[in-house]
Amino acid sequence: MSWTSRLPRPTRGRILAGSAVLLLVAGLVGWAVWPERDAWTTQDEMITVVTGPERNENVTLDARLYLPRDRDGKVPAVLLAHGFGGTKESVASDAESLAERGYAVLAYTAQGFGRSGGQIHLDSPDYEVRGAQGLLDWLAARPEIRTDAAGDPRVGVVGGSYGGALALMLAGQDQRVDAIVPSITWNDLTTVFLPQSADTSATGVFKKGWAGVFFGNGGAVPSEGAVAPPTGINVDPACGRFAADVCKAYLDVATSGSPDQSTIDLLRRSSPAATVGQIKAPTLLVQGAVDTLFPLSEADANARSIAATGTPVRVAWFAGGHDGGVGPQSDQDRVKFLTAQWLDHYVKGEGDAPSDSFTYSRVAGFSALDRGLVTNGYSTDSYPGLAGTGSTRLELQGPAQPIANPPNGNPGAISSLPGTGGRLSELLSGVAADIPGQFARFETQPVSTAIDVVGSPTVRLRAASPTGEATLFVKLYDVDESGAATLSAGLVAPVRLTDLPGSIDEAQERTIRLPAIVRRIEAGHTVRVVVATTDQAFLSPVQPATYTVQVASNLELPTAVGTPIANPQTVWRYVLAGLLAAIVIGLVVVLLVRRRRQRGRQTPTVPEHAETPLVVSGLRKAYADGFVAVEEISFTVQRGQVVGLLGPNGAGKTTTLRVLMGLTMPTAGEALVFGHKLVPGSPVLSRVGALVEGPGFLPHLTGLENLKAYWKATGRPEADAHFDEALEIAGLGDSVHRRTKKYSHGMRQRLAIAQAMLGLPELLVLDEPTDGLDPPQIAEMRRVLKRYATDGRAVLVSSHLLAEVEQTCTHAVVVNKGRIVASGPVEDIVGESPSVQLEVSDVPAAERVLDELGVRSVLPDGPSGLIVDMNGTPRSEVVASLVRAGVAVDRVVPRRRLEDAFLALVGENSRGSGDR
Amino acid sequence: MSVATSAGATGYRPSRTLPIWAEVRRQASRRRTQLALGFMAALPLIILIAFEFDSGGDDDGNGGGAFGSLVDLATSGGLNFTLFCLAVSAGFLLVVVVALFCGDTVASEASWGSLRYLLAVPVPRARLLAVKLIVALAYSAVALALLTAVGLIAGTLRYGWHPLGSTVAAEIAPGAGLLRVLGIAGYLAVTMLIVAGLAFLLGVLTDAPLGAVGGAVMIWILSSILDQITALGSIRYLLPTHFSDAWQGLLSTPAQSDDLVKGAISAVAYATLCWGIAFWRFTRKDVTS
Repeated sequence: MSWTSRLPRPTRGRILAGSAVLLLVAGLVGWAVWPERDAWTTQDEMITVVTGPERNENVTLDARLYLPRDRDGKVPAVLLAHGFGGTKESVASDAESLAERGYAVLAYTAQGFGRSGGQIHLDSPDYEVRGAQGLLDWLAARPEIRTDAAGDPRVGVVGGSYGGALALMLAGQDQRVDAIVPSITWNDLTTVFLPQSADTSATGVFKKGWAGVFFGNGGAVPSEGAVAPPTGINVDPACGRFAADVCKAYLDVATSGSPDQSTIDLLRRSSPAATVGQIKAPTLLVQGAVDTLFPLSEADANARSIAATGTPVRVAWFAGGHDGGVGPQSDQDRVKFLTAQWLDHYVKGEGDAPSDSFTYSRVAGFSALDRGLVTNGYSTDSYPGLAGTGSTRLELQGPAQPIANPPNGNPGAISSLPGTGGRLSELLSGVAADIPGQFARFETQPVSTAIDVVGSPTVRLRAASPTGEATLFVKLYDVDESGAATLSAGLVAPVRLTDLPGSIDEAQERTIRLPAIVRRIEAGHTVRVVVATTDQAFLSPVQPATYTVQVASNLELPTAVGTPIANPQTVWRYVLAGLLAAIVIGLVVVLLVRRRRQRGRQTPTVPEHAETPLVVSGLRKAYADGFVAVEEISFTVQRGQVVGLLGPNGAGKTTTLRVLMGLTMPTAGEALVFGHKLVPGSPVLSRVGALVEGPGFLPHLTGLENLKAYWKATGRPEADAHFDEALEIAGLGDSVHRRTKKYSHGMRQRLAIAQAMLGLPELLVLDEPTDGLDPPQIAEMRRVLKRYATDGRAVLVSSHLLAEVEQTCTHAVVVNKGRIVASGPVEDIVGESPSVQLEVSDVPAAERVLDELGVRSVLPDGPSGLIVDMNGTPRSEVVASLVRAGVAVDRVVPRRRLEDAFLALVGENSRGSGDR
Repeated sequence: MSVATSAGATGYRPSRTLPIWAEVRRQASRRRTQLALGFMAALPLIILIAFEFDSGGDDDGNGGGAFGSLVDLATSGGLNFTLFCLAVSAGFLLVVVVALFCGDTVASEASWGSLRYLLAVPVPRARLLAVKLIVALAYSAVALALLTAVGLIAGTLRYGWHPLGSTVAAEIAPGAGLLRVLGIAGYLAVTMLIVAGLAFLLGVLTDAPLGAVGGAVMIWILSSILDQITALGSIRYLLPTHFSDAWQGLLSTPAQSDDLVKGAISAVAYATLCWGIAFWRFTRKDVTS
């Protein structure tokens, strides 16, 4: 057999199915890789603006203008500012999504970064802000940009961090700005880098970790591969591209830990705090809850100052920030939506005015698939500030404790990892580590109900110090039942107290405002307040000292009850429920339809054959590949008959029997068993016992177990099986207790016949039953089958052996090439045939003699044989004539009809119909 | 039904053929069933013994992510031990076992030739498939349950009854942790429906048991490989294995179920599709084995 013929033939159905699958795959792949046509165009520009306190310094800014491709007239603009250390490229995706919404977007690299000229003045009103004003002028002059008045473009300013402060300061300095969306940014750099959480006027604690990262980002001499600054700019290795005054201020404060007045002035100048009260542009403030650089309190200060003037302000918190990154997808989507809604209304003039509701999100867990956090969003009707809408008071316990400050604050406790960015999962389990001897612990009892903390908790602290000063870090831990403590977002409250007494008894209570957090403290958890002397993110005093600290028992936790924002993911639950419901309904419908159909099918279709075991009429089977196994076969098996289906291999016998067993669907014609039309699974098949195409047993079971397992599958009462009779027929003796995989071919065959006879079916169908049996067993089998057909039962036997049919059957049906060539009672067909087989010494001479005798036909049969149709001439006369003519006759064999019929088909061409 | 009985032999009813229990016993007597179930029960014990050889050295601390932590935590208690057993089996062993039970059940009958005798009983074809599918699924469930139960018992006896720990979230109290572990086993059972569907469909389409089992496992592995290629983008959501790791969401506090729901949708849809095609095909095809 060649390999090609083993491949499935290409039928129409296969070709169709194959093409459909190919199309589907091609479509999916195509859809995935098809390059999308951008909905915007870009052009890069080098824009020169005038900056400086004297307005005499030209700075060239590297900018890119995104214009919507399909714009209708003039479009509103968005000025997009990047974060510290970035360039116009780092805001490209934001720019693209805004351009898709129909805005002209001007993204630019701030001065001192990337290809832009100038130095970093840290969002100075004279430099960066003035430069941005120059960009507004440039926008107003563009023909594509909508303007409110000559030189006044319709523009919103969007930016994060460094760019966010620029947005605030530009809006405070230039009334042409129509709306701003500053995110994760500061209000006052002095409180950012010198935070003080106690209610005292003492200068705060230098946030050295972040300051170093901040300074390093902008100050570093451009490394290999980075964009080189424009030529002509002198890069000082100590200061990088920072302006001299900024650089000096950093070096000053980083060295001493306490700033001088000029440094404080510089930081104040670079802060929106000074001008934020003049902002008239509606402001959407987005701040991250996982941000130790610009904590939520910075946005709170901005919000309060802007709102005081009556300018619309909206606040949104998300679970990200300078430590937490962009946050989970649900938060990104929410921020994106709020930004678009804000700009659409206040800049483009579309859509209803956004409500001033406050939205925030709380970490709900960990996503296994994208390895990120999952948050739930909540909203309240208005911004509650950091004090929440309510508060819960817990009682802290713990005595006054001495704690040591090591020299230079080393080793130091760890609370956050400034500048590593986005390690959210680590923040979940907490990187916090306190150093023994350096911290005091105050803890509550387990809380009875869960507390939704939203805002800044407050505690009251007393401290004593031999030096009169103390630098302390107050932290709030959520401690679960197993004792695992989590420092929410790694946020700590740095405190620098001065004028302290040497004894704790004389110390005054100070109110400590802890960083604002969003956290649910579950029932059963405790809250722990830790006062530590060191933190690696902050600068601690150089001199060692031992303080005594005592936290008062009252811990105020601000709370808020937000309305959950519908999680779009919940829709999948309904999809799942709907899918399951659809499957159940579909299953029920299919079952009902099937039951109804079966009811219609089970009535006897031909009542007059109700007593006839088998009527086959006009049966035809053509396979899908065009091969016709059975052309047309019709015959009948009556009660009491043993019918032999005789034919060469491939004549179509087995196919016919397969149809009778409901294994194969006929192409045309039908088979009736006791008047019931046979279809696969017809109940009437239970009255038929069968052996088709060899035995089929479970190899791991014994012969007896196989018979029992088979009978179990019929679901009929065990008493009806007649195992003893069947086993007797099988005649396997003790071998029935051996596994069938050890059986010989003949043993299996006998067991299969016994299985077919289980329950003594009224019609027994056996395909080549004597295959593999030895002669005595064959003889026994003939006897069994003959006896079986008494009592109104019937047997249909197929065979390719003439002798077997002749000796076993009462009736015979001879099949060849899918058609019946002879049928009837065996006696009729086996009766004397009009032809004889002669073996003669001289064939040509004999043929001449026979021709003269007037016989019907003479066929050669081997070298010395002839088959002669006598046409009524007596055999004696033929022999006499031959002898008379001198032809010696060796043998005269009378032939029988069945043999004639069979050999007429097979003799002339011994190839079966299977080879047609 | 009176019509149905009159057509058949005395005592024959289509709805009584191939009783579930008969099929359970047919499969139970097979060596592969006994071996597969025995191995699932033995696996936790083998792992337990392997942990006893732990010298305390940590030669690969970079196990990576949530899974790496599972290895470190496996000996911290019975719950974590069970979780470890489930996690190491989920990727391949469970797939093979489920594919074996579901892919082999029809194909092996076809290869023995006993399928045609069942159909000649006659067991209605849809009933034959339904009984075979139910029993195969039941054996798969038993395999998973054995793994979980033996893991829980052996792990708890050896390492004690402690909270369920993971690095993605705080420890979970033992009671709730047991529910989480059972939930993870339940979700694994749901994702295995895809394997069950693929293997069963292949088992109906082919007469070769090895082809059905191997085919299903190969498709599963191919899908896992494709799922690693992020360049495929959103097509990956259609891959049968895309949500197979979503059970890790149950380690989070509170448990994250969004991905589980999507995974369940994917599994149920794939399984229904495969089984639907299997039934459609089997009730129409010529049985030539």
